[in-house]
Amino acid sequence: MLSIRNLHASVAGKPILRGINLEVKKGEVHAIMGPNGSGKSTLANVLAGRESYEVTQGEVFYRNSNLFALSTEERACEGIFLAFQYPVEIPGVSNIYLLKAAVNARRKHQGMSEMSAVDFLKMVREKIKLVEMKEEFLHRAVNEGFSGGEKKRNEILQMAVIEPTLAVLDETDSGLDIDALKIVANGVNSLRNEDRAFIVITHYQRLLDYIVPDFVHVLAEGKVVKSGGKELALELEKQGYKWIEKEPAAELRV
Amino acid sequence: MSTSTQDLNKLVSREYKEGFVTDIEADTLPPGLSEDVVRAISAKKAEPEFMLDWRLAAYRNWLTMQDPKWAHVHYPPIDFQAISYFSAPKTDGPKSLDEVDPKLLETYEKLGIPLQEQKALAGVAVDAVFDSVSVKTTFRETLADAGVIFCSISDALQQHPDLVRQYLGSVVPPGDNYYAALNSAVFSDGSFVYIPKGVRCPMELSTYFRINAMNTGQFERTLIIADEDSYVSYLEGCTAPMRDENQLHAAVVELVAMENAEIKYSTVQNWYPGDEQGRGGIYNFVTKRGACRGPSSKISWTQVETGSAITWKYPSVLLEGDRSVGEFYSVALTRHMQQADTGTKMIHIGKDTRSTIISKGISAGHGQNVYRGLVKVLKSAHNARNYSQCDSLLLGDRCGAHTFPYMEIKNPAAQVEHEATTSKISEDQLFYCMQRGLSEENAISMIVNGFCKDVFKKLPMEFAVEAQKLLDVSLEGAVG
Ligand SMILES: Nc1ncnc2c1ncn2[C@@H]1O[C@H](COP(=O)(O)OP(=O)(O)OP(=O)(O)O)[C@@H](O)[C@H]1O
Ligand SMILES: [Mg+2]
Repeated sequence: MLSIRNLHASVAGKPILRGINLEVKKGEVHAIMGPNGSGKSTLANVLAGRESYEVTQGEVFYRNSNLFALSTEERACEGIFLAFQYPVEIPGVSNIYLLKAAVNARRKHQGMSEMSAVDFLKMVREKIKLVEMKEEFLHRAVNEGFSGGEKKRNEILQMAVIEPTLAVLDETDSGLDIDALKIVANGVNSLRNEDRAFIVITHYQRLLDYIVPDFVHVLAEGKVVKSGGKELALELEKQGYKWIEKEPAAELRV
Repeated sequence: MSTSTQDLNKLVSREYKEGFVTDIEADTLPPGLSEDVVRAISAKKAEPEFMLDWRLAAYRNWLTMQDPKWAHVHYPPIDFQAISYFSAPKTDGPKSLDEVDPKLLETYEKLGIPLQEQKALAGVAVDAVFDSVSVKTTFRETLADAGVIFCSISDALQQHPDLVRQYLGSVVPPGDNYYAALNSAVFSDGSFVYIPKGVRCPMELSTYFRINAMNTGQFERTLIIADEDSYVSYLEGCTAPMRDENQLHAAVVELVAMENAEIKYSTVQNWYPGDEQGRGGIYNFVTKRGACRGPSSKISWTQVETGSAITWKYPSVLLEGDRSVGEFYSVALTRHMQQADTGTKMIHIGKDTRSTIISKGISAGHGQNVYRGLVKVLKSAHNARNYSQCDSLLLGDRCGAHTFPYMEIKNPAAQVEHEATTSKISEDQLFYCMQRGLSEENAISMIVNGFCKDVFKKLPMEFAVEAQKLLDVSLEGAVG
């Protein structure tokens, strides 16, 4: 589904990603861990097509076509979803309005007609149960005045409504209490199926107790320095990143 | 400059869709202004004597006055002798629809304002003003059954001269300011509304102003009187053809609300704004004021201003009656070289009077947007309260926003609150929306609409949708 080959990217002229290689197949869940500033969010943003991130080298194929040929919104409509590390507030725009715009943008892209208001509401009401949010959140402005945890849950609600093909979750677990963590994990697990893939960026092994990954990768200084199964996360929890950084960069083909 | 800024600039350069000209024979006075011109206008309308005297007094007063210089707008001196003060399509006194020139019907149809009652927007009566005259007022009979008078001010002068005489100039005196004086001398047409005691007007009333003729000024005059315990919601819309010359629109609107009456006045202003280089466009110099004359009366102004090369207007409320309420909700968008200096004056005179001001300014391109507001609490206005909120949104980095809140508080018991913010659409917000599948254009439009929400929700339902669409087209353009 996703094939990242020797990806280099800069932000504000500063090289951040320095040769990332990663293969993600349908149905897989990949966890990405790594110290602060190692480039995890940068990778997520580059995949989603943020303008200020400049790709300087390498290729990315998404469903066998060149990802960089697609605009930000085309990538979204083609099924790439990013749950933001810091979801932004949009005053005056209700959550449900954004959800509807997102769903219909995607339907339009697929040559489908807009969803009727009734069907849409019915669908959203189902999904909101999944993340255990109150319905009043639908009518509040996007993320405005939401608590940290509520913002993260709102990202999962959006993901559940949009039903992406490839979801990248950037530290969705940070700042969540244990109950919210389970809810978020539950949201992800309920979407997990053989056609969908997830990239879960996290600092904490405990999320991976709930969302069990197929692979764990460690990012350091813009490179994947180690990859392994879910046990790698446990090891990292015990030992930190220091022992890995000393090892030579791992070449990865899963 | 980031690509996103470039796209923004492209985005705000859409075409003006109402810029067509109607080819129709007109009865037009030659350019120039003099006592004879004032007399000629009055004679064309066969006005009562008092009206001519009133006009002449205003004209003489105007000659002694100066063009105001304090507003934050720039334009070359206006040559008042180069303007024609009267232009009317050559189909006089068309009162039944069959007599209205089909070209005019077509014009309004094209603008989305069908004048045939069966085609009209349900529940909305329209007065259509074309250059200097009203060409048709719909649903007059339906309204008359409820006792409501809704007609052109010319007709009102014929049919209800005493009402006009009693109230005309009672809120905006003829010598109030330079453009009000000019308007008082040469006004040609506009709407007149009278809602009798205890009547809730059964329909939305609206006036649609269209400038068509070249080198012609439009000087319309609107007078709305809501008698005790009555209610009316009124809306005005306006458009003009695209021309390289500037055209002057100097209107006066007066509202009078008696005890316990409520007037809701909404404007969707879309005069031709001029082109990207700042060529052409309407100078929109307007005096709008309402008097809450009776206790517990209420006047609210809601405006969505997207057109005009220069806008200079301050819809105001004189809160005379005890417990009266004044409101001002405004969205003003400036792009290209547009300049807007707009705001309100809330004058608290009676006890326990309240006012609310919500102003949303959006600037794009080289647009300059000024909020200028006065909250004045007289000594008599015990327990007056005001809340003002002025927010500015900048699209791109070559536009400007300025806020000038003035306060004059003479009563120590007054509570006056003012909040102001200036923001930009952040790259984060755009990226967030686009990551959810929205195009940049739709993302901007959604964010801007969100910014304006507090004002849009004050518009009558049908027009809130219109206003949103108008804002969308104003921001529309070929993105990349
Ligand atoms: N706009 C920018 N200008 C300059 N440097 C930037 C910019 N954005 C990111 N960086 C730098 O890029 C590096 C990688 O940042 P990134 O956000 O990808 O890290 P991360 O792995 O997600 O870290 P964390 O675990 O703290 O979220 C950091 O050193 C950061 O300071
Ligand atoms: Mg990060």
